[in-house]
Amino acid sequence: MHRALLLFSLALPIYAAVDFAKEIAPTLETRCHVCHGAKQQMAGLRLDQAAGAAKVTTNGKLTERIKSTKPGHRMPPVGAPLTAKEIAAFEAWITEGAKWPANYTPGGAVQHWSFRPITRPATPQVKKTSWTRNPIDNFVLANLESKNIAPSPEASKLVLLRRVSFDLTGLPPTPAEVKEFLADTRPDAYERLVDRLLQSRHYGERWARPWLDLAHYADSDGYEKDQVRPYAWRYRNYVIDSLNSGKPFDQFTIEQLAGDLLPNPTTEQLVATGFLRNTLTNREAGVDRAEARYEQLVNRVNTVGTTWLGLAVGCAQCHDHKYDPISNKDFYRLFAFFDATDDREIEAPMPGEREQYLAAMPWYLGNRGHILEKYGIPALQTAWEAKLIKAMDHPGEDVEWDFWVTSMRAMVDHAERVMRTPPAQRTPYDARRITDYFISNGGPDNTRIPETLHRIKAAREEINELKEKLPAFTMAMAVAPHPDHKQSVMRIKGDYKALSDPINPGGLSAMHPMSGGASPTRLDLAKWLVSKDNPLTPRVTVNRAWQEFFGRGLVRTSEDFGTQGERPTHPELLDWLATQFISDGWSMKKLHRLIVTSSTYRQSSDTRQDLAQTDPDNALLARQIRLRLPAELVRDAALSSSGLLDNRIGGPSIRPYQPPGVAELGYGGSIKWKMSEGPDRFRRGLYVHFQRTTPYPQLMNFDAPDSNVSCSRRRPSNTPLQSLNLLNDPVFHEAAQSLAARVLRERKGAFADRLELAFALTLGRTPDTMEKQRLSTYYDQQLGILSTEPAAVSKLAPPIESLDPKEAAAWVGVSRVIMNLDEFITRE
Amino acid sequence: MTEREFRLIQSRRSFLTQGTCGLGAMALADLLNGADGIPNPLAPKKPHFPGKAKSVIFMFMEGGPSQMDLFDPKPALQKWHGQPLPPSMTKGLQLAFIKPTAAVLASPRKFQPYGQSGIEFSDYIPHTASCADDICLVRSMHTDAFNHHPGQLLLMTGSVQFGRPTMGAWVTYGLGSESKNLPGFVVLSSGVGTSGGASNFMSGFMPSHYQGTMFRNSGDPILYLSNPDGISPQTQRAGLDAVRDLNQHHLDRTGDQEIASRIASYELAFRMQMAAPELTDFSKESQSTLDLYGVGKDPTHQFATNCLLARRMVERGVRFILMMHASWDDHTNLNRKLKRNCDISDRPTAALIKDLKQRGLLDDTLIIWGGEFGRTPMVEIRNTKEEDNGGRDHHPMAYTMWVAGGGMKGGTVIGKTDELGLTIVEDKVHVHDLQATAMHCLGFDHERLTFRHTGRDYRLTDLGGNVVKKMLA
Repeated sequence: MHRALLLFSLALPIYAAVDFAKEIAPTLETRCHVCHGAKQQMAGLRLDQAAGAAKVTTNGKLTERIKSTKPGHRMPPVGAPLTAKEIAAFEAWITEGAKWPANYTPGGAVQHWSFRPITRPATPQVKKTSWTRNPIDNFVLANLESKNIAPSPEASKLVLLRRVSFDLTGLPPTPAEVKEFLADTRPDAYERLVDRLLQSRHYGERWARPWLDLAHYADSDGYEKDQVRPYAWRYRNYVIDSLNSGKPFDQFTIEQLAGDLLPNPTTEQLVATGFLRNTLTNREAGVDRAEARYEQLVNRVNTVGTTWLGLAVGCAQCHDHKYDPISNKDFYRLFAFFDATDDREIEAPMPGEREQYLAAMPWYLGNRGHILEKYGIPALQTAWEAKLIKAMDHPGEDVEWDFWVTSMRAMVDHAERVMRTPPAQRTPYDARRITDYFISNGGPDNTRIPETLHRIKAAREEINELKEKLPAFTMAMAVAPHPDHKQSVMRIKGDYKALSDPINPGGLSAMHPMSGGASPTRLDLAKWLVSKDNPLTPRVTVNRAWQEFFGRGLVRTSEDFGTQGERPTHPELLDWLATQFISDGWSMKKLHRLIVTSSTYRQSSDTRQDLAQTDPDNALLARQIRLRLPAELVRDAALSSSGLLDNRIGGPSIRPYQPPGVAELGYGGSIKWKMSEGPDRFRRGLYVHFQRTTPYPQLMNFDAPDSNVSCSRRRPSNTPLQSLNLLNDPVFHEAAQSLAARVLRERKGAFADRLELAFALTLGRTPDTMEKQRLSTYYDQQLGILSTEPAAVSKLAPPIESLDPKEAAAWVGVSRVIMNLDEFITRE
Repeated sequence: MTEREFRLIQSRRSFLTQGTCGLGAMALADLLNGADGIPNPLAPKKPHFPGKAKSVIFMFMEGGPSQMDLFDPKPALQKWHGQPLPPSMTKGLQLAFIKPTAAVLASPRKFQPYGQSGIEFSDYIPHTASCADDICLVRSMHTDAFNHHPGQLLLMTGSVQFGRPTMGAWVTYGLGSESKNLPGFVVLSSGVGTSGGASNFMSGFMPSHYQGTMFRNSGDPILYLSNPDGISPQTQRAGLDAVRDLNQHHLDRTGDQEIASRIASYELAFRMQMAAPELTDFSKESQSTLDLYGVGKDPTHQFATNCLLARRMVERGVRFILMMHASWDDHTNLNRKLKRNCDISDRPTAALIKDLKQRGLLDDTLIIWGGEFGRTPMVEIRNTKEEDNGGRDHHPMAYTMWVAGGGMKGGTVIGKTDELGLTIVEDKVHVHDLQATAMHCLGFDHERLTFRHTGRDYRLTDLGGNVVKKMLA
């Protein structure tokens, strides 16, 4: 029986004795010891000592329980059942006498795989050497050959072109690009294509998106008030530019976590720290400011944990992590870095802005001062400030002013610090901020006197008009060392009010040491994350890149490299990629190039009958996989194919058409959605304004994350709402109309000729016989329907000269059909 | 297992690899029975044990309705009116806006007993009161959060942290949907927008097919439901036929069963286009029904429309209806604002209970009514010069919610608060307990309905929750 099982388990050597340290201890430690270990002995059972284990290895209980299929009876009771391989190892071990090594210490001898140092694995030998293009292929093929599985044939040139265009730029190839690539018969035509795409300015846009998912970027604060963050995009620009310039990942890391601590930081390096500013801001007036800040700091720790370490460090906010080597103290060590960090708004003008802005400033300030004087604002403001400060000093004496203090603390960042700075010593920016806040509401006394209320309102309106004429001057959200920070303190069970022991910043104790002695800074943290001794960051990073190209990571749970996450399907390949990534200077472009030029990547994505049963999830990589485009690229594909796309890079977010009633679901109807005008309306999905409490429906329908917490992989779904979105959303309908117009304008001739162009624009290929026939039938049917619906014709038909409007309207139908095909929103 | 069955399972790989534990296995079996032979992640599933409730109408009264002006009479407040409470009573009390030293505000409302059960209700809600014998009034609710957004997250997702699935997502994940033509989890709203916004109906770390679909008050009931201008039903159908044939052709070519799901999604979308207008068409409802709810009358029309829609959705197999009404956050002008909300909602709410009951639907429909917290016995004043400006602050420590139908015990009062309504003195019911009890009515052991994410099996009730047996029929 045992032998039979062993035969099934290919990875276990059949005649060798079971290796306790490698095959038994890891399972015991990751799956059993939580309940049956030193800390806890449920049912009186201990599986970390020989005597305890003997109780269940000698009577068959252990195997019976781990093999049970009865929920509640099967061990372990939570999580996935043990694998056949793990069970076989236990059975073999018991058959061999369940030998318990004398020197075994739980947790000490066995380190979880992802924490182990990375050594560069040797590239395995393969039989079919003609298939391999780079070492990735050796790892994949060696594994396939050991299972007698052949890889899939290479995808057609057209599929490859569309695939790699989407994967590197997020845009489909144009018909001209298709033609050029097909005509290029040089042996390295594909590699040349890849190099061209890596140089495309759209590469940074494509690869910014998964990074922004991790940063959980959005254009608003979140929570109840959910105020717009007018300059959030400035950080997005940094990400796009960094990716386009080929910035090494270690530098990219350091800038975003500690750009402000670099010697003589550039504006871009300061803007980079906006990574940390993507945390939500709770401006609900009743929220304790200390609580709101604590939540932000916790979020920053969790985001760093997910992004670089691939660990759910948040589990240790209240207690030691149950499964992974992260203690409660470790959590607060990381917390302490951000506790010592303050939020800052900085000047981050775009090229050309500063000169114009500075030139206009004297004019602006002069007029502003004049308006304020004219309405007697300074005197009103002085009185208002005095009352507010009095209420801050003596809370509880005047309920009305108490409310205004609470409200101001929530709405104006650093309100109290600035208010307590004498007006003459405030920075001009802060001084203007306070005055702007004052004239935006006036305070309780003034609002009761119609005359003063009128003056304040008039001043506000005139200053707002003035501001509209002021040339744009971009700011950015950044961070800086906290001026008032002294000592961080741990909290009991994650309660922000329950202070416990002092704690200093530091790394995870189970990992390599950090520089910076007793008081390391964020810069030390960033360097620790990308240190050569950190095995997690490179593994986690290359895995996420892999995930983008194959739909799943080598570690499928890309957010969890801990003991409860899945193990890598190709551990040696993962480590080889990680070492290669580092030796290539942390170059993301080189990593991406390496992957997309492999034979593994270039395989056909067609499903294989022979593997449908054994590898439905394509874990073995014996083929490529069809992937539904991410939400933003669904939009991009429609705009690009139809010729509507405005492909300018970077800049402020835009608001496409959104049906009325969506923004209105925001708090108290305070959220406004004013549709962008002109070409802005047709910019890429990456630039769509993301309002956290009322996100843009098309993004949510197609599984974009809600941006409230860090997201390392999206979960694609397939829903009728997606179908309705593509069929009926005016944005997509307009794209279908434009596609029809484009086809009719650019190609004169028979239906079949025009269909060729429509296919080239949308699917990057030519239609086959069945498709031609079916669409021709549809076209004729549509003409028939339209001849009975004259009113519809004028509504649908794009105005094309010298063309029968009915034909044009029927072509809108054809375009709509093509743009609703599964293939249109899929990268094959 | 036949190859066809296997391929069906394979095509839902993303769904299956995320569902774990008992449910994963259940889901697997049920997936094989999807509509039209095409796998459907929302196919109806069996719960852990037979539950009484088949669907849920969560009437979420956003902002925190004032329990002592509606459900929990506190005559003793008169004695303290206008004075602060002694510090011994308010020790450790943390409130959002006011200080524990704020003066007490007695309720001017008149309470009287209703029905066989004799439960007392305020004069602001006579219609709801007339359903006293169907209502299980929980006067001992408490929660952990005293601000709106965190409070709403806790009520809806079981945690004040972001990223968890909402109750509607949990129920749809657990039970699937009975409706082949409508979404399983629908969101209705009236009044203004809520503090929580979309986080009240998101699917968190679950796949997005479990997230709530907004039914809107104006325009299309479902976003992008109606065809673009110029696309007639014939054109739409002809187009969909072509899409289906071409998708099928590509499915044959690639063998990717995701395309089969895509075909099914388009068919469901088309059915939704047919079914949703039928759902929102009240022309076959009798005038007496419309009058019962207050449809077409001011100020009830919008709320009444949502209540009637909720009943029609229940009839058509929608699993979870989240009906949000905002806002009950009466920090100021309590008497006036509370009356306004009651005038809007009282009649339609009672109509919904009565109508479901007369149609025999109340027994398997669970209604949950309430907000993320209650309000203080103390007054909040933001404008000292305005008459009757007083309102009440957020109060998480003791408040009232009610449930009806779906296996809950009508004509019952659970719990008791102290004479001032500050604290609970009997049968505390935490938000998690309410969630656990609701899940019980649906046939779930709340501790066993789990979803694995970042190595942890999450559940709606986080780490807490006990079924409140006294609430059950």
